[in-house]
Amino acid sequence: MATILVVDDSASMRQMVEFTLKEAGHQVMVAEDGQVALNLAQGASADLVITDVNMPNMDGITLIKELRALPAYKFTPILTLTTESTAEKKMEGKGAGATGWIVKPFNPEKLLATVNKVLG
Amino acid sequence: MAIDIGQFVQTFFEESLEGLDVMEAGLLALQPGAADLEQINTIFRAAHSIKGGSGTFGFQAVTGFTHVMETLLDQMRNGRLEVSGKAVNTLLESVDCLREMLVSLRGNAGIDEERVGELRVQLEQLLEQNQPAVGKAAPGVSPPQQSAASQPAPPALGWRIAFRPHPDLMHRGNDPVRIFRELSALGELTATPDYRQLPPLAALKPEDCYLSWELVLHGEASAEDVTEVFAWVEDECDLQIEPLTAAFAAAPPDLLEPSTAPADAPKAKASAEEGQQGELVLERRNSGERRQVERRTPLAAADSSIRVSIDKVDAVINLVGELITTQSMLSALGADFEMSRLDKLHEALDQLDRNTRDLQEHVMRIRMLPVSSVFNRFPRIVHDVSGKLGKQVELAISGEQTEIDKTVIEKIGDPLVHLVRNSLDHGLEPPDERLRQGKPETGNIMLNAYHKSGSIFIEVSDDGRGLNREALLRKGLESGLLKPGEEYSDEQIHDLIFYPGLSTAKQISDVSGRGVGMDVVRRNIQDVGGNIQVASQAGAGTKITICLPLTLAILDGQLVTIGQDCYIIPLLSIIESVQARPEMINRVAGRNEVLRFRGQHLPILRLYELFGAKGAVTDLQKGLLVVVEADGRQVGLFVDDLLGQQQVSIKSLEKNFRRVAGVAGATILGDGRVGLILDISGLVRINNAVS
Repeated sequence: MATILVVDDSASMRQMVEFTLKEAGHQVMVAEDGQVALNLAQGASADLVITDVNMPNMDGITLIKELRALPAYKFTPILTLTTESTAEKKMEGKGAGATGWIVKPFNPEKLLATVNKVLG
Repeated sequence: MAIDIGQFVQTFFEESLEGLDVMEAGLLALQPGAADLEQINTIFRAAHSIKGGSGTFGFQAVTGFTHVMETLLDQMRNGRLEVSGKAVNTLLESVDCLREMLVSLRGNAGIDEERVGELRVQLEQLLEQNQPAVGKAAPGVSPPQQSAASQPAPPALGWRIAFRPHPDLMHRGNDPVRIFRELSALGELTATPDYRQLPPLAALKPEDCYLSWELVLHGEASAEDVTEVFAWVEDECDLQIEPLTAAFAAAPPDLLEPSTAPADAPKAKASAEEGQQGELVLERRNSGERRQVERRTPLAAADSSIRVSIDKVDAVINLVGELITTQSMLSALGADFEMSRLDKLHEALDQLDRNTRDLQEHVMRIRMLPVSSVFNRFPRIVHDVSGKLGKQVELAISGEQTEIDKTVIEKIGDPLVHLVRNSLDHGLEPPDERLRQGKPETGNIMLNAYHKSGSIFIEVSDDGRGLNREALLRKGLESGLLKPGEEYSDEQIHDLIFYPGLSTAKQISDVSGRGVGMDVVRRNIQDVGGNIQVASQAGAGTKITICLPLTLAILDGQLVTIGQDCYIIPLLSIIESVQARPEMINRVAGRNEVLRFRGQHLPILRLYELFGAKGAVTDLQKGLLVVVEADGRQVGLFVDDLLGQQQVSIKSLEKNFRRVAGVAGATILGDGRVGLILDISGLVRINNAVS
């Protein structure tokens, strides 16, 4: 189906998202921070990027800006993983070029529903 | 739940506990008043991850509690809240509390609601004090949603939506077609495009969106459902959502014929996919349930795991590769062996020996963890305890990358805490006393770890007042451990601190001296096959050195024979082996034999008597005496003969048979026989009991 790049510094989140997406038949690339994700993205294309906002080395906001500067990711849907408490961060993500967001906590069903919505 | 996320819960616990360590270290490093922003950010991120994970895995209590911590940290990092000593301490306590919550949850135990509640109130108070400056600026709900949500209950007719995307809508990966597809899942959708904003072809930017749409959605969708569809683009378009009036709704959809096609086509596609999706979900649910059942038992037992760097695993795989090469070499040799190729066989066997040893070493390394996992808790302990005692203390840690077997690490944590607390409480003087002694006000505690000749050494040292020789001597005499009139070396007297009931602390404080003494520390260290020594100089400080084996699974042993059997003496405890001459043997009180050895008289333990071995050498001059040391005492063990030295793997006798006094374990020897491994400190105790 689709190739999805998942970026989160939390191993449990990463595993959960990766597992869920793989179960649904997607190809998944994972990265533990923005820098790693950017390096991956430069070498391969993805149909969707799901990224956490707060991460060491390179945060999600910087990652989105960097990705949008790459021709291959100009129109790629990018979703941020965000918590309700950070309404500003939601908007910051949009400002940097994010397509939308997935609000934490989420369960696998919600994740897949959102992903399917974007992938069409 | 279609997908079982229980399998990731262990990971969540592990990373959260690690995150708490990060938070703790970060908080300890924070200088109140002059906080490093990146430092706060790191702490914040850790809290944020724990909060996100706990919500996902259904630990609401953790989410709620972490949320307050996170809010506090967020205000600190934005400079809206002062980084005060009080706030840092409250956060440190919260870290402790959170750690307890996680550990309880992992063990399926209840959490201490009262403590959580109390701390939460304290955290909220810190936030409230700050409230006027912050103001309640939480816009949260977006304007269009408000306007739509304030409409009366959803009319059954549907919605009319004016959707005018900004030209850059697609630059963020959004797509009007996706929005239409979602809307058509809510009801019957008709879309009328408006081309009026389309520029002349020369001015048209192919990446921009110039179209807008008039959408009509028939059906019972609620206002929330409709606004939700536009949530991601509400700032990238002009949007009006109105309930359908009866007049408009009555208009037959086919009046808008030309535009229905693009909207309907995706709808069909979407619903076809929905069908597939449904099946998929069903399948997953079944397999998910199975997994859940399988996982339940191990989860409840809170299985422990270690993180191993990939380098270590790769090294093992490499060695297995070499082993396979050697094995194929040997089988080739064995297929048509002739004596002329004996050299080759020896060569291959040497190689096998090398491979096995390397493999053993590298497999052991998998179990090794850096001692930093224990050392890391000390900055916090020193911070807390020195504050309580009113002492100024600087902690220096070195060698924290030294690796030790995981089991050993788990066992030395508590003894080390005890030693450090002792140094803080009894070793280091209060600032005024230090000044009087001509020392700097701030006392020093050093933790050091290093490798030396196959063992790990851990040192805990301080520059405090040192051990009180006179007090120890007095106590030793009172308790009868020392005999009046004899001369004792400093080492012998300092060693008394390891005997039960010999605490010289004048008063029992909150910090240490509560009966669990140095004897327990020594026993714990001995339990993992190590030993502990103290060196002290009055007025200059005390240094305690712990020597630990690299691993608990393998031991360097000296093989000895007693009668028909083979026994193993741990090489580390052997001082020397001697053949006794008649003049070296004395009898004390007509019964106890002693060996005169380097100016000392050592008790002799005839092992064949102890173990009831038949056919053993009984004449002291015909056998050998192995002088061993444990707990600072030496004894001569009488054996028939010495065989070779070799590494033996330790098997538990208790697990396979039962506990035997004087025996630490067993091993399988090269010829398949069982060899018993002697427990030297056990034997020394037996000897004491006999005499």
